[in-house]
Amino acid sequence: MVITIDGRKCEFTAGQTVYEVAKANGIHIPVLCHHEQIKPVGACRVCVVEVEKARSLVASCAMPAEDGMVVHTSTPRVLSSRKLSVELLMTQGHHNCITCESSGDCVLQDLAYSLGIESPRFDNPETYRKLEDANEMIVRDMNKCVLCGLCVRACNEVQVNQVLDYSGRGPRATVGPAFGLTYENSDCVFCGECVRVCPVGALFEKQGRFQGRANDLMKVRTTCAYCGVGCQMDVNVKENHIVKITTPREGVPAPNYGSLCIKGRFGYDFVDHKDRLTKPMIRVDGELKEATWDEAIAYVAEKLSTIRKEHGPDAVAGLSSARCTNEENYLFQKFFRAVIGTNNVDHCARL
Amino acid sequence: MTNSITDLGESDCYLITGTNTTENHPVIATFIKRAVTQRGAKLILADPRNIELGKFAAIWLRQKPGTDVAWINGMMNVIISEGLFNEKFVAERTENFEALKATVSKYTPEYVEKISGIPADDLKKAARLYAKSGASAIVYAMGITQHINGTDNVKSLANLAMLTGQIGRPGTGVNPLRGQNNVQGACDMGCLPGNLPAYKKVTEDADRKPFEDAWGVSLPDKAGLTIPKIIDAAASGAVKALYVMGENPMMSDPDVKHVEKALKNLDLLVVQDIFLTETGNLAHVVLPTAGWGEKEGTYTNTERRVQRIRKAVDAPGEARPDWKIITLLANRLGANWKYASAEDIFEEVRKVTVSYAGITYGRIEKQGIQWPCPNTEHPGTPILHSVAFTRGKGLFSVCEHIDPAELPDKEYPLLLTTGRILYQYHTATMSRRSKGLVSRTPQPFVEIHPDDAAKLGITHGDKIEVSSRRGSIEVYAEVSGRCDKGVVFIPFHYSEAAVNRLTNTAIDPVANIPEYKVSAVKIRKVA
Repeated sequence: MVITIDGRKCEFTAGQTVYEVAKANGIHIPVLCHHEQIKPVGACRVCVVEVEKARSLVASCAMPAEDGMVVHTSTPRVLSSRKLSVELLMTQGHHNCITCESSGDCVLQDLAYSLGIESPRFDNPETYRKLEDANEMIVRDMNKCVLCGLCVRACNEVQVNQVLDYSGRGPRATVGPAFGLTYENSDCVFCGECVRVCPVGALFEKQGRFQGRANDLMKVRTTCAYCGVGCQMDVNVKENHIVKITTPREGVPAPNYGSLCIKGRFGYDFVDHKDRLTKPMIRVDGELKEATWDEAIAYVAEKLSTIRKEHGPDAVAGLSSARCTNEENYLFQKFFRAVIGTNNVDHCARL
Repeated sequence: MTNSITDLGESDCYLITGTNTTENHPVIATFIKRAVTQRGAKLILADPRNIELGKFAAIWLRQKPGTDVAWINGMMNVIISEGLFNEKFVAERTENFEALKATVSKYTPEYVEKISGIPADDLKKAARLYAKSGASAIVYAMGITQHINGTDNVKSLANLAMLTGQIGRPGTGVNPLRGQNNVQGACDMGCLPGNLPAYKKVTEDADRKPFEDAWGVSLPDKAGLTIPKIIDAAASGAVKALYVMGENPMMSDPDVKHVEKALKNLDLLVVQDIFLTETGNLAHVVLPTAGWGEKEGTYTNTERRVQRIRKAVDAPGEARPDWKIITLLANRLGANWKYASAEDIFEEVRKVTVSYAGITYGRIEKQGIQWPCPNTEHPGTPILHSVAFTRGKGLFSVCEHIDPAELPDKEYPLLLTTGRILYQYHTATMSRRSKGLVSRTPQPFVEIHPDDAAKLGITHGDKIEVSSRRGSIEVYAEVSGRCDKGVVFIPFHYSEAAVNRLTNTAIDPVANIPEYKVSAVKIRKVA
């Protein structure tokens, strides 16, 4: 089956939306409330396109492609509607980019810029809502919420934690836990999926606040340090300091496809904790005293040699680590078997 | 896992047992919760505690801790007697069926109810649902393995999967969820007393030979000691030196008092870690290491996927990566190791580890690969046992129910079971140094049933003392319906109330895994 988008014939399979077909063919349609892992709702109207013979503009993210459909993605009618939608989103709250954590990584900012919206035609609301930052992990700035609903849908459809929902109507419409509770006092388990999918600066990582934004940060892709799922994540670094852990909104590979849990997303700050060991230590007169590497290695080597000589290699044992890398575990058992000469090597797989 | 994490999203039915998945493998739980809520997949939960996944379960089997062989045999009894087993699979791919049939014949649902407390009708429903569904996946973790008959528990689950042919296809399988980032890799790399890399046996000449050739030495041919035996040998004086890299037996091993005595008896205790742990406090030498985020390498996840970790920041002070420290020490003892990078080591791993042979840093730059991956053209193996089992035909093992080593009695009337919680991790050296995680669960607690609490005059938040034959700790009462009457749960993360002061050292004879899931305790309110 084929549809025509901006004059190009595009093949598609049943069930694909107009937006998906366009994306697969390299045709850009901007989206805001859309996410590849979440059912489309067509709420923000940013992705509208003109479909020949349709009565009105249609939301391409929610419109299934039909054979023979002819679509135009950037007619004056489309652009004018898109601009109006973005202007309305911009005036729904207070979008102060100057100190916003999402500046440089914000869908609304990019839309306003690409559509050339110098300043919206409408007034901002007079009320300014207090930030919710009572917990140690997530800050909610509802002044910047555009009610795209991605946080609600990610909470229910991706993580299935069923904590967030919509409430209120009209200008009082909002998103959050039931009964207007804070995250802290709700059933929220701080997986941070809502922060990941938020396209604006309404939800952000508390400990990374004022530590660096998209353009200041180097992202290093790695595997989570905690359980055996092996989630892929990006360590965001500035000046040799971990600012936050993030996963891209879309396009993250197996096994986690961008989802994390509280430990993976917010449990990284042990890395530069003041208790970190920084120097080798040797016990002298009952107390651990700092030593040089050379002294410490010489001490261990000599003791191991003596014990092996006097009592045999099986008087030595090693506990390796399910926390260390494959390379380190390989070397550890090789050391015990090939250098010490014992198979007394185990790790806490049982514990 | 025989199957993959992604693959779990495709199951029609889940049998989940001994894993509190939403807390301990939260991201895997999302695949299961989505399948249930969005595709109508059915979940059978077998767990003594009323865990979060219960909300998503079609059937909840609340077995008494330590009765797993009984209820799994009971499911097979129903499946065989109702003719629901997969005759073709049993005939073509398995052996010893008649012995299994004879064994499970006495495990009628009514008999099992007496042992496990699971109502006979629920067990029948669960058996039918698991056997009849198109693709049923078994998912388990330490709730199955940490028993004196942990090996039999696992074999029983394997029996169930083979009996119904629920293995070797997408959405099926026997899927243990591994608890640590690289516990799979540490096993693959041969950090086990009887196994060289890729599970080659130290006792087999033919298995040892390639390693002797590659390493240019002759290797010991007697299997070494497992952790519990190492601790015993340290206590008796047979082991004089213990080198601990990134482990914390003073928190993670059963009967901590015994561990402490053993470690203090050593002539040399070396602890190599990122923090001064409870074990480090007893060491003769402490070596500071670079941790996660500070070094290069690979981890292998629970679905056998080999993935990169990368250096993002410098290690503090003089801390060095573990591989550099081991190399220094080996060379000081006369070896001539010349590894310049983690990748150098991995290249050697590939040469001696056939399941990793096709994996290179280049190939896993963007996405990890699941072993076995025998050559660089091989895409990796998402599903094991699709054509044959490792030994050829799948062997039905005969397993009988046995009681746990220590059950409640007059003096210690409550059954203690231990585990992890969402907000902390293992011995908590990392997670209790993370602000966000600490804010969620600042203090040690015990989950206790309201009836038991009322009987002892305990209310939510009270400080109480929990004692076993081996020791006692003080924790705060969490009065909830999560545990059944007569059962209490304590997480093992808190050093000031280390629950492993209470746990029993009884171990499974094959796997040497301690029975953390069952011991007997008594409690009282602290005045």
